[in-house]
Parts: sequence; C-alpha cells; structure tokens
Amino acid sequence: MNSVFWTHLVKDLRIEWRSLDAIVSMLFFAGLVVVLFSLAFDPRGAVSQGIAGGVLCVATMFASVSALNQAWAREIRHQVMDAQRMTPSSGAQLYFAKVLVNFIFVTVVQVALAPFFFVMYNLHIAGQAWVLALILPLGTWALVCNGVFFAALSIRSRNRELLLSLILFPIFIPALLGMVQATTAVLTGDNDPWLWIKMLTGYDIIFTTVSLLLFDVVFHAE
Amino acid sequence: MTAQGTEADRSTICARVENVSKLFGSFAALRQVSVDLERGKCYVLIGENGAGKSTLLRVLAGLLRPTSGKVTVFGEGEPHDVRDRIGYMSHAPMLYDEFTGQENLRYFASLYPGQKCLEPAEALRQVGLDPNLSRPLGQYSQGMRQRTSLARVLMPVPELLLLDEPFSNMDIESTRQMVELLAGFRHSSRTIVITTHQREHAAPIADWVLRLKGGRVAECVPGSPTL
Repeated sequence: MNSVFWTHLVKDLRIEWRSLDAIVSMLFFAGLVVVLFSLAFDPRGAVSQGIAGGVLCVATMFASVSALNQAWAREIRHQVMDAQRMTPSSGAQLYFAKVLVNFIFVTVVQVALAPFFFVMYNLHIAGQAWVLALILPLGTWALVCNGVFFAALSIRSRNRELLLSLILFPIFIPALLGMVQATTAVLTGDNDPWLWIKMLTGYDIIFTTVSLLLFDVVFHAE
Repeated sequence: MTAQGTEADRSTICARVENVSKLFGSFAALRQVSVDLERGKCYVLIGENGAGKSTLLRVLAGLLRPTSGKVTVFGEGEPHDVRDRIGYMSHAPMLYDEFTGQENLRYFASLYPGQKCLEPAEALRQVGLDPNLSRPLGQYSQGMRQRTSLARVLMPVPELLLLDEPFSNMDIESTRQMVELLAGFRHSSRTIVITTHQREHAAPIADWVLRLKGGRVAECVPGSPTL
C-alpha cells in the first residue's frame, strides 16, 4: 500500500465525513428494507430464523447499490477524473481505495443495523456467532469490489444507475447465494457454513484480482 | 515553426500531430490535422464552437485517442506515456467542490509521487489566490475556480501546457495577471496551447494563431507577442 493509495482513501473518507451522504442514505434505505420485509412476513413467526439471513443480505445489497451508484459521482462532476487520469499514478490504486472506502461505509451500516435487525426478527444465533463476522465482510467485499468496478464502467452511459443494477446483480448472484446460505446456516445452526465461506473467499479473490487488472483499461477509456 | 510542412529542427519540437482525425460516431471532430508545436512557443487555437479546438487539446493531452493519425510528444511517444509532463486545464475546474483550494492541490500533488511539484500554497499565490482561504471550492466564484484549476495545472511544473478557455469567467485584471504568468512559462521554454474565443486576451503571448474550421486547420498565422 503506497502513499497514493492512502491519499485516495483519506480523500474519500474526508469528503464523506463532511457530507455523510453515503452512510446516511444507506442507513435509511437498509432500515426501510428491513421494516418492509418485517411487514411482508411475520418477523416473529417460525420461519423468521430461516429468512432472516436473506433479508439482511438483500437489505445490504439494495442499500449498497444506492451508494455505489454515487461512487464516482464526485469524480464525474467537474471532470475530476480527467485530472486524475492526467497524473502518473495508477488507476488501480484509486479503484482499490474506492473499494475499501465503500466497504467501510457498508460495514458501518451493517454494524448500526444489526441490533435493530436482531430485535425486530427476535433472532437467536444457534450456530457460532463469530462466524458472522467473517461472512458479512466477505459478502460485502464481493458486492463492493464488483459494484465500484461496474459503476466506473457505466459512468459514460446515460442510464448508468439502471445499468449498474443490471450488470451487478447477475454477477453478484453466486456471492449472494453464498452469503445467504452461510448466514442462515449460522443463525439456524442446521448446516455447516464453511463450504459457503470458502466459496465466498474464492469469489472475492477472483473478482478483486480481475477488477484490479482491468481497472486501468476502464479508467483510461474515453 | 509550426503547422504542417515546416522544416523545424526535430530537437525543438515539443509535440507533433500527424494527419490526426477524430470521429465521434459519424461526426468528424478533427479531419487530417497536422501541426508541429515548438518548445517555448505559445499557440492560440481559435475557431467557432464545434471547430475541434477542445478535441485537439484532449488528443494532445492523451485523454482522447485519435481515430487515425499519430501524436508524438517530447519525441518519446504517445501523450499518455508522458502525461506527467503535460498539464491540461479544461472548462470544468477538475477539482473537488468539497475541499478548499489548498486541500485540492495537496491531494493532486500526492498523485505525482517522486516528482518535484510546487508547494500548493506557492501555486495558489502564483495565480493570485490566498492559500489560506478556508471556504470549500464549491463556494468560490467561477473566476476563482478557474484560477485554482490553473494552479493545479502549474503545480507539477509541466513542459506542455494545454489550456482550454482559460480566460472565460475572468475579469480583466485577473486575465492580465494570468497572461503575464503564462508569458513567464513561455520564457522558461515551456510550450503553451490555448483555446479561446477572446483572441485579444492571448495576443500578447501568441507566437502562432491557428484557426480551426470544421475540424481542419484553416489558417496558421504568426502572432506578434509583446510579453
């Protein structure tokens, strides 16, 4: 991690600290999804334990997309990205910093949402609770690393917000499946979550590597 | 010398544009443009809206790739490969609204690792701005944003300066200061390319005036620089 990476990271954190745009919008959005699901399904019913993992993952996914759609908004406005493209620093560092920043934002939202979620759905963790601290970051990373990449890919499109969802959701399906299955396995204690955790890890490594390798091409595209 | 067909010494050429065309779909923004840019000279590009001035500048900056033809900068290769030696200023400020001028410049200075850059405060002073302004850029006037943008461009001390409409939104006094500053750059063997609709503003430093029309260089006349 060199100084350019930290420069990008600190810049994004500082801008978010001053505006709180991404975190506040994600928090409200995720909270809303959890409440809507609780109205659609009886949160204290027998099935709540089984669907809670899915609800948490879907809430995270929708909330993240609202932030990922804006991931490059400040770079597009006033052509800041062109100024970044003119510097000798690599685009991969900008990409990786952006992924890490968005990962931090989503994690903050998950941490804030978790108590509310557990109370609303009356959840009791039957499996090993600490494993959740592994599953959620792995799933979040899968979402964010793809989201930031495809948000950059779609910035020159007129329908970029729609395009991001159309590209991201199908690609995220394997990771979503792994995240939901592993979370449900931990909450219910019925299955072993480790196969899904290994799959999530593999998914993260592959997609992070590919995105890092390809980002310079996307970054310097006209 | 400048323009196609001249016999300029290769060592004095800063950038060479050879038969460059740039198409956006079926629209040709540049058509077979050939220009040689000499070191230490100032070129002023004039022409109507859509004549291809900004496109030529973006091609020289390496932000656009020519559809056909070739651009060589510093005799070394494509602009993208030597982008750390090129400064490009656009219509837009290319800066973050949420940061102050100095924060913006400090951020961009960090993106030139290992390269000697001007101190952000010094760059701001050069363009006549107070480095201690605590307001975010979003609250600056258009002219102040323009000057902060110029400070960003000057900071890495580029050898080739590409300025797209640098005098727009600037008052007469600020324009005069900017022209004097650019004259200093020209005297230190740096090449400047300016696009403008206000030809008279750039006249004191213009070595050559190129008029673009319909994506072609319609006219190339020597200027009479006074600074």
